[in-house]
Amino acid sequence: MSQRARIIAARLLQAIPVIIGVVTITFVLTRALPGDPAVYFAGDAADEASIQQVRETLGLDKPLPQQFLIYVGDLVRGDWGDSLSTGQPVLSDLSRRLPASLELTLLALLLSCAIAIPLGVMAATKPGSWRDHLCRVAVTAGVSLPTFFTGILLIYIFYYLLDIAPSPLGRLDFLYIEPERVTGFYLIDTALAGDWETFGGAAKQLVLPAATMAIFTLAPIARMTRASMLQELSSDFIRTARAAGLKRRKVLLGYALRNALLPVVTTLGMVFSFALGANVLVEKVFAWPGIGSYAVDALVASDYAAVQGFVLAMALLFVALNLIIDLLYAVIDPRIGFEGG
Amino acid sequence: MLKIRDLCVQFETRNGRVDAVRGISLDLARGETLGIVGESGSGKSVTAFSMLRILDEGGEIASGSLTYGGIDLAQADDAAMNDIRGREISMIFQNPRAALNPIRKIGHQIEDVLRQHAQATAQDARDKAIAALEEVEIKDAAARYHAYPFELSGGMCQRVVIALALACHPQLLIADEPTTGLDVTTQKTVMDLIQALARSRKMGVILITHDLGLAGSYCDQLVVMKDGEIVEKGKPDALARTATHGYTKRLLAATPHKGKKLHELVFDGTAHPILAQGDVLLSVQDVTKTYAGKSGPVHALRGISFDLHKGGCLGLVGESGSGKSTVSSIIARLQDASTGEVKYAGSSLFDVPAAKFAKDPRRSKIQMVFQDASDSLNPRHNAAQCIEEPLRHLGGLGRRGRQDRVNEIAGLVGLPTSLLSRLPHQLSGGQKARVGIARALAVEPELLILDEPTAALDVSIQAIVLNLLADLRRRLNLTYLFVSHDLAVVQMLCDNVVVMRTGQIEEVGPTTDVLASPHSVYTQQLLDAMPTPMS
Amino acid sequence: MSTAAPQSFVSHVSYVLRQNPVTMIAFAMLGALIICAVFGPSLVPYDPLASSDQILQPPNASHWFGTDHLGRDVFSRVIVATRLDMVISIGAVALSFVAGSILGCIAGYWGGWFDSIISRGLDMIMAFPLFVLAMGIVAALGNTVENVIYATAVINTPFYARVVRAEVNIRRDAGFVQAAKLAGNSDLRVVALHIFPNALPPMMVQVSLNMGWAVLNAAGLSFIGLGVRPPTPEWGIMVAEGANYIISGEWWLAVFPGLWLMLAVFTFNLLGDGLRDMVDPRQRR
Repeated sequence: MSQRARIIAARLLQAIPVIIGVVTITFVLTRALPGDPAVYFAGDAADEASIQQVRETLGLDKPLPQQFLIYVGDLVRGDWGDSLSTGQPVLSDLSRRLPASLELTLLALLLSCAIAIPLGVMAATKPGSWRDHLCRVAVTAGVSLPTFFTGILLIYIFYYLLDIAPSPLGRLDFLYIEPERVTGFYLIDTALAGDWETFGGAAKQLVLPAATMAIFTLAPIARMTRASMLQELSSDFIRTARAAGLKRRKVLLGYALRNALLPVVTTLGMVFSFALGANVLVEKVFAWPGIGSYAVDALVASDYAAVQGFVLAMALLFVALNLIIDLLYAVIDPRIGFEGG
Repeated sequence: MLKIRDLCVQFETRNGRVDAVRGISLDLARGETLGIVGESGSGKSVTAFSMLRILDEGGEIASGSLTYGGIDLAQADDAAMNDIRGREISMIFQNPRAALNPIRKIGHQIEDVLRQHAQATAQDARDKAIAALEEVEIKDAAARYHAYPFELSGGMCQRVVIALALACHPQLLIADEPTTGLDVTTQKTVMDLIQALARSRKMGVILITHDLGLAGSYCDQLVVMKDGEIVEKGKPDALARTATHGYTKRLLAATPHKGKKLHELVFDGTAHPILAQGDVLLSVQDVTKTYAGKSGPVHALRGISFDLHKGGCLGLVGESGSGKSTVSSIIARLQDASTGEVKYAGSSLFDVPAAKFAKDPRRSKIQMVFQDASDSLNPRHNAAQCIEEPLRHLGGLGRRGRQDRVNEIAGLVGLPTSLLSRLPHQLSGGQKARVGIARALAVEPELLILDEPTAALDVSIQAIVLNLLADLRRRLNLTYLFVSHDLAVVQMLCDNVVVMRTGQIEEVGPTTDVLASPHSVYTQQLLDAMPTPMS
Repeated sequence: MSTAAPQSFVSHVSYVLRQNPVTMIAFAMLGALIICAVFGPSLVPYDPLASSDQILQPPNASHWFGTDHLGRDVFSRVIVATRLDMVISIGAVALSFVAGSILGCIAGYWGGWFDSIISRGLDMIMAFPLFVLAMGIVAALGNTVENVIYATAVINTPFYARVVRAEVNIRRDAGFVQAAKLAGNSDLRVVALHIFPNALPPMMVQVSLNMGWAVLNAAGLSFIGLGVRPPTPEWGIMVAEGANYIISGEWWLAVFPGLWLMLAVFTFNLLGDGLRDMVDPRQRR
């Protein structure tokens, strides 16, 4: 097992150059602005003096390598710049709003897996049948719809026409009071406080946006599950299991599905990429107070520090998620460590 | 015990209904070992799969009966079949490592089977599983219980598969090509094990194989299948005398064994004359090859030296991991050696690095015929383009000249010109082998390296191709380096032989001498594993 | 084994189309989209930029898709927008196809340092959620259509590079590759002319998926205000503008462009398998 531990440690170390790369790219983006970056960061209303001050603070008159070091130093100290629109440090804005985005994204993915995996399994057990084709068409349609459009459609149907869903104005209707902030996840915090009414209120607001995101991420998960199941079902060891008389159900779920889920786990990384991107659009449509809508507002206001901070935050979040997925995979696949992963 | 009457199996394919098995009948007595021998497409595996009703999608038993212990397996329902599978009748397949669940401990896999058939409870399943492992002569069974398939060798995986199949003490074991893909020495130990277990348990065995020699050594009764029908039945030792069907006789002739001559493989074959050998054409001197592996340096070659005379045929024999393919690849200048020297017609081949050898004037002199014909031909090029490719860079001929040469060489290897416009997946195994040979001969080489050229071919096709190769060698004055794991084939074709093992030479000398009195223990093992003639 | 001569490419293409009706439908839809893109502006009844006093009219006989808040004909705008979105996605995909193929070939064939550097670079790009990276690039470089194309090309390149790298790597030691070297081909010729064409079938699937994704990407970017700007007709902007009106029941401003967008992406997604079958030599009868 120490070989496995070594692989895990190696994977953790591998994350470091990735983080360095991410920081480098964000740095390049901050300096790639056409014209004088200082003007952008100082904002429209700035006068010559404050532009000069910004230039000095960011060290824009110094050589690039030195600027990079200053930049990294600032990031590590927690100084990600100040937002022009809120006036607050970008880092505190982001950390305040992060739980909202995380709650939405994670719930959406859970929902997506819960639907997509059984769908993929069902399609794989009867390839070429009408069930299979229907799954494929439905799932492809889901991914062809732009998330912002799906969101708007869902609002139109369920809020405007059918009047089932609550008004899409954020995480909680104004009737309810925000729970005390433990994790920032409303569902968890209200459950911890035993406040089931607010729990219901938060859950109701979550349904439509989570469904919108889930529809978009159904396709890659279902497709991968189907392909992976098909491959496992036609492999030799399944034939051995059948020849040994093992029950069909055990063969399907215990042998084939468990093996098939491994490639699906690796796909989750890519799915997260889609999801975090879709997050931005969904938050705008549903006025969800997360980091996505923060970025969109910042873009409109030309608030560059906030936009860069958002890009960096999303990237770091994504790196962390990928790391968790890789570590999870290393734990559940016994072949890791022997073949070198 | 088992009676099959007029069994017909059909498949639904893209091109309509295909009859895989057309009315076969056979009997198996208790404790008897029956061999079903056939080449690809004969329907032997389909017969076995239909016994356990595990046919692929689109396959079904169209008619006939499969009676086992009073029950007709062709009509039985799924629950009854599940009961029979693994408990009464078991099956093992080729490619043992792929036959085991890669992410489940082997001990647990055996337990699953035991508990499915109520042969063990949760408490004693573990002990029974370990006992099953010990029965197949796996040492340290208690420790191996926790192993995963990727941690075991091919031979050991096959033992585990056998343990899995025999865990519930079935009355009948069906073995579908159980030794394909295993090393020659491992093949013998696995077959011996199956035979011993069958005898001690009085278990019936059906052995399905393409290797007539193997079936002859281990079976009480033999059945020969071709195109879905049984063409011959008989006892192995009598088959050579009593064979009536033309196909059986051809198969008997084509099966290599110790002492067989090359021209005896085919009907009306003429003996190939012994060719006089000239000066040393190729001289390999102390070649080593080391490369960096995952856990330290890998010594693929540890000092290989041998000579090859002009007009001669040298056999390079070894099992997987022996380094024989590395040697041939270095000689062909597809890769560089770490140290050592290779001289061709007096001049060093190593003065030009492998990456630049494509432009060297000697490139056309050394050519190679490859093993697996399915990836040795570019899937996007038709046969004519494959053969023409070396001519485009090395021939110095115009378009007209190249076309003429392609037709000429196709005729030489017996490839009809109508096949020249076909893509590789539209050609049979034997036809692809001919294309590969034609391609290598197109630029008139002097030295031809043949890397297992017939390993993937049916025995009867192999017989024809080997004779073709001997014929071409005489007509075109070629020198051969024949790389193979199959000593039986090498002894027919090659004057001299080099035996390799883990990167070193175990034995070298004229073929007749090495076969008559080998010096190394390893060579003796290889000889023992060679099939003996069946009469 | 068939005894007839193998088919020509044209008859193979028509065989693929006949075999799979879904592919045929997808190609028909693609044809329609191309016609809209090329001839759209000359075929539509109204000037997409011309406002009128017929504000917020629901779909009727003279305005099939209704009019928007400035009185512009929604149908004309939707059809004309096809050209812009197609140009963006084709441009981005073409760029990333070429860049990704070259990088993938180098990394897959020569390996070693090249592979390490290229893979690290690709990992750095893939370390960002892709839409977010596109946002960052367009925000940094400036709010133009060209930058949307470049940004989309950059984020798409790793997909191609990965597929090509894997396909080249698998075939690097295949018999026919070694035979090509024995035939006197230099390494460059072996990779470009022998190995890479065999990687095309899986690439085709990637190409069509990416086309769809590029369209969604461009629309998404304009939805949040990046790239294309009003009054230029573009599907994403139209949905964004229409979103304000859907709550009050004027659904046609957002729904029609959205549906058209979905149809385009859907077409590209369906094309993938058909394209692969056409390019795969093993599918030839």
